[in-house]
Amino acid sequence: MTTDTLTLARYHLLTPAGLDENDLHRTLACLLGHAIDAGDLYFQQRRTESWSLEDRHVKNASRAIQQGAGVRAISGEKTGFAYSDELVMPALLEAATAARAIAQQGGEGQRQVWRTAPRAPLYEPLDPLDTLTAEAKVQLLEKLDAEARQQDPRVTQVMVSLAAMQDTILIAGSDGTLAGDVRPLVRVNVSVIVEQEGRREQGSSGGGGRVGYGWFLDDDRALGYAREAVRLALINLEAVPAPAGTMTVVLGPGWPGILLHEAIGHGLEGDFNRKGTSAFTGRIGERVASPLCTVVDDGTLAHRRGSLNIDDEGTPTQCTTLIERGVLKGYLQDKLNARLMNTAPTGNGRRESYAHLPLPRMTNTYMMPGEHDPAEVIASVERGLYAVNFGGGQVDITSGKFVFSASEAYLIENGRVTRPVKGATLIGNGPDVLTKVSMVGNDLQLDAGVGTCGKDGQSVPVGVGQPTLKIEALTVGGTQA
Amino acid sequence: MPAITTCPTAPLPPREQLENLVASILAEARAQGATATEAAVSFGSALSVTVRLGEVETLEHHRQRGLGVTVYIGQSRGSASTADWRLEAIRDTVQSACAIARHTAKDSCAGLADPDRLAKDIPDLDLYHPWPLAAEDAIALARACEAAALALDPRIRNSEGGSIATHTGLVLYGNSQGFCGGYPATHHSLSCSVIAGDEAGMQRNHWYTMARDRNDLETPVAVGQKAGQRALRRLGSRRLTTRQVPVLFAPELARGLIGHFVGAIRGGALYRKSSFLLDRLGTLVFPDVVTIRERPHWPKALGSAPFDNEGVATADRDLVAGGVLQGYVLDSYSARRLGMETTGNAGGTHNLIVEPGPLGHEALLRQLDRGLWVTELMGHGVNLVTGDYSRGASGFWVENGQIQYPVHEITIAGNLNTMFKGIVAVGSDVDVRGGIRCGSLLLERMTVAGE
Repeated sequence: MTTDTLTLARYHLLTPAGLDENDLHRTLACLLGHAIDAGDLYFQQRRTESWSLEDRHVKNASRAIQQGAGVRAISGEKTGFAYSDELVMPALLEAATAARAIAQQGGEGQRQVWRTAPRAPLYEPLDPLDTLTAEAKVQLLEKLDAEARQQDPRVTQVMVSLAAMQDTILIAGSDGTLAGDVRPLVRVNVSVIVEQEGRREQGSSGGGGRVGYGWFLDDDRALGYAREAVRLALINLEAVPAPAGTMTVVLGPGWPGILLHEAIGHGLEGDFNRKGTSAFTGRIGERVASPLCTVVDDGTLAHRRGSLNIDDEGTPTQCTTLIERGVLKGYLQDKLNARLMNTAPTGNGRRESYAHLPLPRMTNTYMMPGEHDPAEVIASVERGLYAVNFGGGQVDITSGKFVFSASEAYLIENGRVTRPVKGATLIGNGPDVLTKVSMVGNDLQLDAGVGTCGKDGQSVPVGVGQPTLKIEALTVGGTQA
Repeated sequence: MPAITTCPTAPLPPREQLENLVASILAEARAQGATATEAAVSFGSALSVTVRLGEVETLEHHRQRGLGVTVYIGQSRGSASTADWRLEAIRDTVQSACAIARHTAKDSCAGLADPDRLAKDIPDLDLYHPWPLAAEDAIALARACEAAALALDPRIRNSEGGSIATHTGLVLYGNSQGFCGGYPATHHSLSCSVIAGDEAGMQRNHWYTMARDRNDLETPVAVGQKAGQRALRRLGSRRLTTRQVPVLFAPELARGLIGHFVGAIRGGALYRKSSFLLDRLGTLVFPDVVTIRERPHWPKALGSAPFDNEGVATADRDLVAGGVLQGYVLDSYSARRLGMETTGNAGGTHNLIVEPGPLGHEALLRQLDRGLWVTELMGHGVNLVTGDYSRGASGFWVENGQIQYPVHEITIAGNLNTMFKGIVAVGSDVDVRGGIRCGSLLLERMTVAGE
């Protein structure tokens, strides 16, 4: 790579607006003049597109450009925030004036000299929207439609979508942070409806990452999504009502790691723990999982959907150990909460856009592999549920209760996977679910690149992963009491 | 203490400026070869404040602009949007939309709404009640709200804060058939979320109020006290064993069930045959105690709109009468796909009113007799293709019509088809904080999964 991301970000965000680093100084100076401890400016340009196919044809597509700058002022635990979608000095100064009004007391903030911390990038600073021609995008969607339809005559509807985003950001902070990033992100989804004797079921599959569209063509990767969507829908045609009650649950590898995201990850975000509102508050050093469990949040995996070169406060991402052999080790921190908790940021300060405030958020959250062959794990269960695909999940971080909904699951009877059952929601208690993990497979997988996490109304892309896991007791919300 | 003096929300731009923008977009699209065009221009601004444990936590000024265009070249369509109102941005945005329309397939159903359906007279629905709220007053209100919760009981140990927000916005929609309409609207809200704790653990709960006019909001003290009471009553939650019992949905959750019904009769779900309510027009979807009306023109209501997202006039209608499905929720495109007429629902429904029954909350608990009163739901376990429903729940176990104890870490499951048909009563305790107004719903039977 010949050009670093900060230079690119300057070129795309500041140059067209006629802004330079002196203007960043002036805006920060305006922010800091009024008893503000710290502040930052977040410039962003986001280009997105999406193409969608239904009834065998691409009938709809759209493009959007969003750009602006968010200005944040911090005084103690207080945050003032304003933003502008016009990148001109008067608008920036107006936003700074509005944001700094938060301060009533507090230290006189000092602006530090710029320091930049270049690192080897985890993804190319490319523009994914332009990595295929419009004709080739249409062809790809049509090919996925054809692939799905040729799998089985019971396929009646196929919906395919292709989406890309390029986020260019620049962060200038009073602590001297000056950092930029160019973040590509692509996504394909295939969703099908199958019909048999009046019964309809759906299946969907997809993937993506911080790459160009060409990634979907490598090894016919996207064709795999079409086949997988049909496979899931056909299995659902055979599914019988799910059982209801508490039983042994085996979770498959990969996307079922949403368990870790909901049950553990959110409860370890710094803001909840600083405020003492999480069921995990004050439990660092305590055993919260079986010794088989080691869980990390790792923003440094190349090309992954949840990865970032730097977080949205300019802190380089890292691999943070959350649970080590069952013992709670650490929290996920942004700058504000790290400072207030007297610890270091972990590169987890993320925001949906310039129009939102940063919060501690996950990146890629997964469990390290264990020793067992997945077949051994299943063979050890007399009666239980084997859940391999999931929809969404949710957690109440205060009570610790979490849910996640299976979209592909089977009964285990006498150590064998038998009938498929209808989707059911699984519910448990975050601080003790992992204490019931009795076997961990050797088959760690990360998800295909489909996750989006919502918190305080802000959505950010994330990843999850895990090996096959056996949980001795989890409540399955089927209809068969 | 020095006063905080900031401007409240940004003033709305003059309507004429937005009209000119719409006209420029339409002209630019025509010049670039579009045969039909629709455009929307929006401006919104908001002030929001959160106070936690008596101290200001965040003070946010929001100001958002948007501009979106859909062009048709013959029967092919393309869309693009930007936040940039400059003329060169308009030109680029139209160009993006046209470039897309040159690659999308012809679609005989695509196009603008039929001209005779466009709104002619645009009634004033009294939706604009700006609140010139200074930041220091916003802080005082949020603080009073939280303080009322914290003062309720020593077991209220922590807080996620009291919050206040005021929004004002203006959206203008125009198309190449000569329609151009828009109106300013406001909404304001006050909310509080607190945590009660005892030896057994912590329980969080919240309450909020929302209205077009600040005078229609509940008081800060009422909101704070309700949030506090709701958190306190969850202390001592237990689990239940797995069982099948009647379930009473609290009004704010009953609204969600009606939302699932609307999702299943939406045009897009119907023409894609991805709904459990296909071909059900004229048939019983609910028992005869259920009547659902759409009333788009109620003054000040949160779901009111004089026309929909494609300029089609909205009108009163009955969606469900005596349990029988009377119509679908269609925009022009989905209507054409189904060989029907648009129902003026591009963008969604406008004030759905589930006709209240005679019984209030206490009477419904007596009718429930022995079963589950659900007050919170978690997760996304709703499949609108099959109607399968399975969600995390918490609430209260009821026996002899009396609340026995709070319950949590359970699920409730069923199928929406049978759940809808199994509605035994609609409450008179209507929740008015949204586009769907509904009282409690009592359902005959669901599976509760627990220990």
